Amino acid sequence: MTQTEVAEVMEPGGAQGVRRRDFIEVAAVSAAGVGALAVLVPLISQMAPSADVLAESSTEVDISAIAAGQAIKAVFRKQPVFVRHLTPVEISEADKVPLSELRDPQTLEERTKPGKKEWLITMGVCTHLGCVPLGTGQGEPKGEYGGYFCPCHGSQYDTAARIRKGPAPKNLVVPDYVFSSPTVVKIG
Amino acid sequence: MPRLIAALVGAFFTLCLLIAFGTGLVSYISEPPAKTVEAAFHKAPNEDFHLQSDGPFGTFNRQQLQRGFQVYKEVCSACHSLSYVAFRDLKEIGYNDAEVKAIAAGFKVPVYNAATGELKTRDGVPTDHFPPVVYGGSGSPPNLSLITKARHGGAAYVHSLLTGYTDQPAELLKKYPESKTPDGLFYNPYFANLNIAMPPPLVSDGQVSYKDGTKATVDQMATDVAAFLVWTAEPKLEKRHQTGWPVLGFLLFASVLAYMAYRNVWADKKH
Amino acid sequence: MSFPWANEYKPKHPAMVWLDEKLPLPRFVYNAVGAGYPVPRNLNYMWNFGVLAGFCLVIQIVTGIVLAMHYAANTEVAFSSTEHIMRDVNWGWMLRYAHANGASAFFVVVYAHIFRGFYFGSYKAPREMIWLLGVVIFLLMMATAFMGYVLPWGQMSFWGAQVITGLFSAIPLVGDGLHQWLLGGFAPDNAALNRFFSLHFLLPFVILGVVILHIWALHIPGSSNPTGVEVKSESDTVPFHPYYTAKDGFGLAVFLFLYCAMLFFFPNALGHPDNYIPANPMQTPAHIVPEWYFWPFYAILRAFTADLTIPFTHIVLVPAKLLGVLAMFSAILVWFALPWLDTSPVRSGHYRPRFRKIYWALVIDVVVLGYCGGSPAEEPFVMISQIAAAYYFLHFFIILPLVSMTETPQPLPFSITESVLGKDEAATLAPAE
Repeated sequence: MTQTEVAEVMEPGGAQGVRRRDFIEVAAVSAAGVGALAVLVPLISQMAPSADVLAESSTEVDISAIAAGQAIKAVFRKQPVFVRHLTPVEISEADKVPLSELRDPQTLEERTKPGKKEWLITMGVCTHLGCVPLGTGQGEPKGEYGGYFCPCHGSQYDTAARIRKGPAPKNLVVPDYVFSSPTVVKIG
Repeated sequence: MPRLIAALVGAFFTLCLLIAFGTGLVSYISEPPAKTVEAAFHKAPNEDFHLQSDGPFGTFNRQQLQRGFQVYKEVCSACHSLSYVAFRDLKEIGYNDAEVKAIAAGFKVPVYNAATGELKTRDGVPTDHFPPVVYGGSGSPPNLSLITKARHGGAAYVHSLLTGYTDQPAELLKKYPESKTPDGLFYNPYFANLNIAMPPPLVSDGQVSYKDGTKATVDQMATDVAAFLVWTAEPKLEKRHQTGWPVLGFLLFASVLAYMAYRNVWADKKH
Repeated sequence: MSFPWANEYKPKHPAMVWLDEKLPLPRFVYNAVGAGYPVPRNLNYMWNFGVLAGFCLVIQIVTGIVLAMHYAANTEVAFSSTEHIMRDVNWGWMLRYAHANGASAFFVVVYAHIFRGFYFGSYKAPREMIWLLGVVIFLLMMATAFMGYVLPWGQMSFWGAQVITGLFSAIPLVGDGLHQWLLGGFAPDNAALNRFFSLHFLLPFVILGVVILHIWALHIPGSSNPTGVEVKSESDTVPFHPYYTAKDGFGLAVFLFLYCAMLFFFPNALGHPDNYIPANPMQTPAHIVPEWYFWPFYAILRAFTADLTIPFTHIVLVPAKLLGVLAMFSAILVWFALPWLDTSPVRSGHYRPRFRKIYWALVIDVVVLGYCGGSPAEEPFVMISQIAAAYYFLHFFIILPLVSMTETPQPLPFSITESVLGKDEAATLAPAE
């Protein structure tokens, strides 16, 4: 910077001087703005799931005691999940249905793990408005298609838990899961 | 008139206080309060005790915390619970998922079946907290989760207490013969009333065998478990320090800017 | 009211013109804390604490609302829900430490604000109403802070609740009934914890309301100033914005630096270790002490150790416990009478040599009381607190009225401008008063 330029900057009444003054004030107000934004981070993220909730985001289910034709209701992320051991009859019933007849076309293969076609694992949350369908417990109505029946608005699911009748738009959701051993399923 | 009433109220309270003071002074002089045995023999925690987590730059020494956890598990956990800590938290001191799972499975967690009224136990899982310890003996072993924040002196207190067991000084027995440590209690000058129900928990070098090869002297074990209990009480200490420095740096910068802005605004106004 | 030379709000942008016609909120802000509020030009840094106190209230309300999203007011889980906040909630440790240390910061700032008022005679006419509302705010703050301290349900929470609600049982005839009514039981338990939570949530908004009245009342006569001489002409004042917004901004930045240093590096320094022990109704801590900001008043409470009896008999006129309670409340309530106890026509302590001496004696006295209040109830602390409490009452009830009647104040400057510039053009033009 040359002497004249310095003189211009230092000149209190000059245009440069005014600009330097404004700069400091703008910088101070900006710093306050940055600080206020930074404070929003904890205030907003405190509402996100806490560590204990996140730690329960996966569930292990022991399936060794579920005989063919039976189903259990397990808890996954505070919601019911249905683990169903399909019988060969139920499997063939599911396979018989042409995809063109389905509202949400999917085969049973696509809804189970390779080589584990008899294990149907779905969320127990009706895709209509979130009720819990019946059909897991002994003696509960399984609906016209032998799968699940939602008592709230009459949605009917088949043996592959696909929507067949009633207001629900989609099949019961298949969560992410892996067989961590032949008898233990890790969901989530 | 209001000032007269005020003067009377003030005089009344002052008089009451002077009476109380006089009464107190007379009894203080006629029977000076005797020094209690606690006042005479209680010791403050060792001030020379330091950990890596001390001070505003403090961090956790995870190797040490793991050693401390081992001491807790093999020695303290027989009587003391740690129930505000979850097994999953142990990942923060450097255990991996499989290790945490194995540690959790080593603890029995109570489960109450409301339908049958049965109380059973099952193996712990990482999402469980350390289970409560059912203690049948005398005394009431405190939950250790928060102990370094719940005692004056913190970690230094834990270390001093663990290493401070000794015989009662002869001087104490001479001056306060009625204060002989009762049977079943143990003399420890760092404990508030000098006699503690806990038997000396760390008695010999090599009581635990450290996996990292550190020599397990009594002092080392006491230091390690104190460090571990700093972590259980304040697991976010490290994060707090790490967040604090940038925040203070920013605020220092902002203060300087604000001061310059203030001087600028007032530049043409004498005040 | 404002001074005739106050800037008038003139919106430029059409949207602001439109808004100003329909809802003159920008105008309101402009006149309250903007360029439309003329303020004495000579305010020193002691005048920063009002804005800081308002900021502390905002910190407490914001962090408090957030903490209430995670806290559970039930004796079974209150302590563990607090630990849940400290361990599992995202940034929960920071929010809780911000709230706990925020309470202390609030009291630091408010005590500075009050003692500024004491020194500069801010309570004097025409500002009595501002002062009275300020004392109301202080009382509400004490109630709020006390109930907030109960919420974590630690040992000090529980025994603090026990002791403080026990004060009410000292009232003759209705005391025991009142005590049980306050607690909703015979000892602090779920009923008490729940109502304390409810009121702890409510009272800050009541405080906010009274703060608005406090500021409203302030805008009638305008701010006081270190000379205590009223504003006479435009040269005595500057517009609040940008002059005092800039100065308050600097004060706020320094305050936040100190507050964050506490929060991040010494968050438990002002707390008591016993409150990290869950409440145990069967075992009292060795020394029950309230938070530091209550210590001076706690010392006054404990200083009354002797019953008031008819001399040479054992007939008790007033039991010591009731005396202590009356004295503790009187120690604060006397502030309400302050504008009428101090009759000196001069406001500022700068020009009152004798008042200045007793003022500093009071400051030392309150510090001594605070020290005694935080110490165990043993000698010599009890005897010291008795002398210190006696001086406290003498100061407000007797010495201050006497000094204000008898002292000769030093000459005042003609105006604020004169005190700042050494001369005031207006002084030579104005007729002699």
